Amino acid sequence: MVRRRFSFGLVSRLSSPIYGRSPCSGGIWTPCLGQKRSFMTAKDLVESEEPEKKVTNRINMFSAINQALHTVLDSDPKSYVFGEDVGFGGVFRCTTALRDKFGRHRVFNTPLCEQAIVGFGIGLASMGNRAIAEIQFADYIFPALDQIVNEAAKYRYRSGNLFNCGGLTVRAPYGAVGHGGHYHSQSPEAFFCHVPGIKVVIPRSPSQAKGLLLASIRDPNPVVFFEPKWLYRLAVEEVPVDDYTLPLSSAEVMRKGSDITLVGWGAQLAIMEEACDEVSKLGISCELIDLRTLIPWDKELVEDSVNKTGRLLVSHEAPVTGGFGAEIAASITNSCFLRLQAPVSRVCGLDTPFPLVFEPFYMPTKNKCLLSNQNNVILDIDCTRPILFGKRAPHAVL
Amino acid sequence: MQGIMESIQTLCSGDHGNEGFMQDDEDEEEENGVGRLTSWAELLGFGLAVFSEAIAPQLQCFCDRTLGFAVGQGGSREAWIKAVAMAMSLVRKAVKKGWVGALAPAARVMSQALSTASEPITLDIPVPFKAHKVETPSVTVETSAQELTNFFKTMFIMRRMEIAADSLYKSKFIRGFCHLYDGQEAVCVGMEAALNDKDCIITAYRDHCTHLGRGGSVLEVFAELMGRKDGCSLGKGGSMHMYNKKGGFYGGNGIVGAQTPLGAGLAFAQKYLKVEGVTLAMYGDGAANQGQLFEAMNISALWNLPVIYVCENNHYGMGTAEWRSAKSPEYYKRGDYIPGLKVDGMDCLAVKQAVKYAKEYALQNGPMVLEMDTYRYHGHSMSDPGSTYRTRDEISGVRQERDPIERIRKLLLSNNIATVAELKTMEKEAKKEVEDALSKAKESPSPDSDELFTHVYRKGYGAKAYGADRKEVVVKLP
Repeated sequence: MVRRRFSFGLVSRLSSPIYGRSPCSGGIWTPCLGQKRSFMTAKDLVESEEPEKKVTNRINMFSAINQALHTVLDSDPKSYVFGEDVGFGGVFRCTTALRDKFGRHRVFNTPLCEQAIVGFGIGLASMGNRAIAEIQFADYIFPALDQIVNEAAKYRYRSGNLFNCGGLTVRAPYGAVGHGGHYHSQSPEAFFCHVPGIKVVIPRSPSQAKGLLLASIRDPNPVVFFEPKWLYRLAVEEVPVDDYTLPLSSAEVMRKGSDITLVGWGAQLAIMEEACDEVSKLGISCELIDLRTLIPWDKELVEDSVNKTGRLLVSHEAPVTGGFGAEIAASITNSCFLRLQAPVSRVCGLDTPFPLVFEPFYMPTKNKCLLSNQNNVILDIDCTRPILFGKRAPHAVL
Repeated sequence: MQGIMESIQTLCSGDHGNEGFMQDDEDEEEENGVGRLTSWAELLGFGLAVFSEAIAPQLQCFCDRTLGFAVGQGGSREAWIKAVAMAMSLVRKAVKKGWVGALAPAARVMSQALSTASEPITLDIPVPFKAHKVETPSVTVETSAQELTNFFKTMFIMRRMEIAADSLYKSKFIRGFCHLYDGQEAVCVGMEAALNDKDCIITAYRDHCTHLGRGGSVLEVFAELMGRKDGCSLGKGGSMHMYNKKGGFYGGNGIVGAQTPLGAGLAFAQKYLKVEGVTLAMYGDGAANQGQLFEAMNISALWNLPVIYVCENNHYGMGTAEWRSAKSPEYYKRGDYIPGLKVDGMDCLAVKQAVKYAKEYALQNGPMVLEMDTYRYHGHSMSDPGSTYRTRDEISGVRQERDPIERIRKLLLSNNIATVAELKTMEKEAKKEVEDALSKAKESPSPDSDELFTHVYRKGYGAKAYGADRKEVVVKLP
């Protein structure tokens, strides 16, 4: 069985959070200046001149998320955390010690009813509170899909800005875990990316998780925050202990390159990073981008990168047809068509239900990324005619 | 004379298992209404049966171990000396046992010939029913020795199977999720006693034993748990997705509460097609708070569908006690306009009576809710120790006082249907059956990699998908 292994070295390279003048320090997050009103937002990467020595702790992702929740509940008395089994700490220990510290009226269990959990959260948020709802697994979010799509996303729009449920944040663990099977491994982010009015945020590492979660909770729009469950314990990193946020709708370049741009999010980035290391031995330099926020996504950064390299590969765990990679591919093809030297490649999960014993075959593994990357071979939809475009073709034509 | 010839023929045909011979006796018994050997032919036949069943195997074993050993070792002097020593130790053992151990099978055969296996026994259910908008069924239930023995055997097999699954999970043969049913066996076994093959069952993820009850085999269950080809769902479903088409078992569903509207649909089909069967839509106390359950209840009451909603109330929804998650933990009343019954779910006979009653009601009048008051000894799943939200005293208390298998054991003993030794033999047979199935399941291969792409659609999807190396694996989705 293919297992992902995280070496500490690899993980530390994954991190490079953007510190700097974070506009938020306990107050309400205000959108950064220069943000256009269209769906595509301007990137506003704030490069820090020199990050001063921050006090950090070496912790894993669920502890980072726990810290973020502690910070929010500390700083805002009108914030609440609720969901199934959050009282004792949650099935992934993300909410440990919250109830003891903040009391049963702010941190409470709900019965087994996802639709009601999210609906209740929308109501709470529309009265100006910060409602942080936890859905136990992203696979169970579908009863709540109606509430998110039809109520949360449209509340501000349909009421002409009289009401909004910006204080709502829905957190859910998503993604494959090695043995999850059909209903503990799904990646449903694409369903939510189709809905204007909400934001979808996915962190890749503990420090990113803390910053992005704090930003999501304080963002005045409803946010669906997917946490890669594979990384809850495995990803360990130095995470600053203080309150900091990372900007939403802002992608991050994890490593610079000149030959091909790779875009991904969540746990898939670790796989892509391994693939990048391997192809760099062949002399292909990859630019790896973490999208971080899926909608509204940082189109400009990706466009700039593709204009530099001329090639794009998108990778995610969800099935390839209709996954979010399709949106990225279509957009980039539209805007960078003349610059592209090859069709946009998508290395994603297969178009089957998430399988049980066949998980290693379903997953977009390092080898699949390698193959797609290495010769820059992009297969046509009928998989019969590989078209070779790469400037290097050291191996036989497939 | 003819009888003797028949008896000898049966013996010589090699098919002189207990059942074959004793079945004749039972048939005679039913005709004559007397449960005793009445003719010389039967007596002779019986004697031969006792010999072949009880004594011959012992003799054969003895000869195997002594003569067979000596011959196998080459017939040398040392081998013969060893064989004699072995023979003496066997004899010593038999003497120590007082010959009782050697003749236990004979005793069993005799008692089974003499017992009246299908004569009705009437028993009273100790814990009364509680009713909501309907009359309670009678607490006097008719059963028979055979039925009780079957209860015992089936529940014991189920218990062994779940415990074997526990150790398989711990040794990583089973991966993923495994939700065990031990403690709750009485519910599915009692249900089966009141149902037939025209009825359908649909349940949640704690479905290993329900699958067995509907006609599945232990081998299928183990193979499916380990994700092998011989599993009931071809290894593609796993613990939570076991199905049986012939037995009308519609699974095995992972999403909590989602199976209840499906149950309403099954009942509609049964009613429309005039099948004269009911659907049992089972769910737990955690799922009782799902909106879709109430939607299903409304439409099934509106359209008078023959569906019985069975709430298996084991008092804990994963780690949440019922009083913490439900305003009204009286789940049999939650149907409001749908009548309900609360049943002691650890008593097979109570469950049987309630389901029989509910089936009659549902076929006439429409849906009904049954709340089975039951308990699970294991945690919610294998990753839950089961002791963080309840005390070990509670678990062992229930095990001592309300265990379903012990209850049937007491009934069997107090009604002289079986002796302690016979029950032990039955248990041993059950254990062996489970172990055999387990070893067979371990040998079963994993499904082919093509199975990843099959059954997504009916056929003709037409697109291609590829494996890690496109030269090696390119599959057109079937």
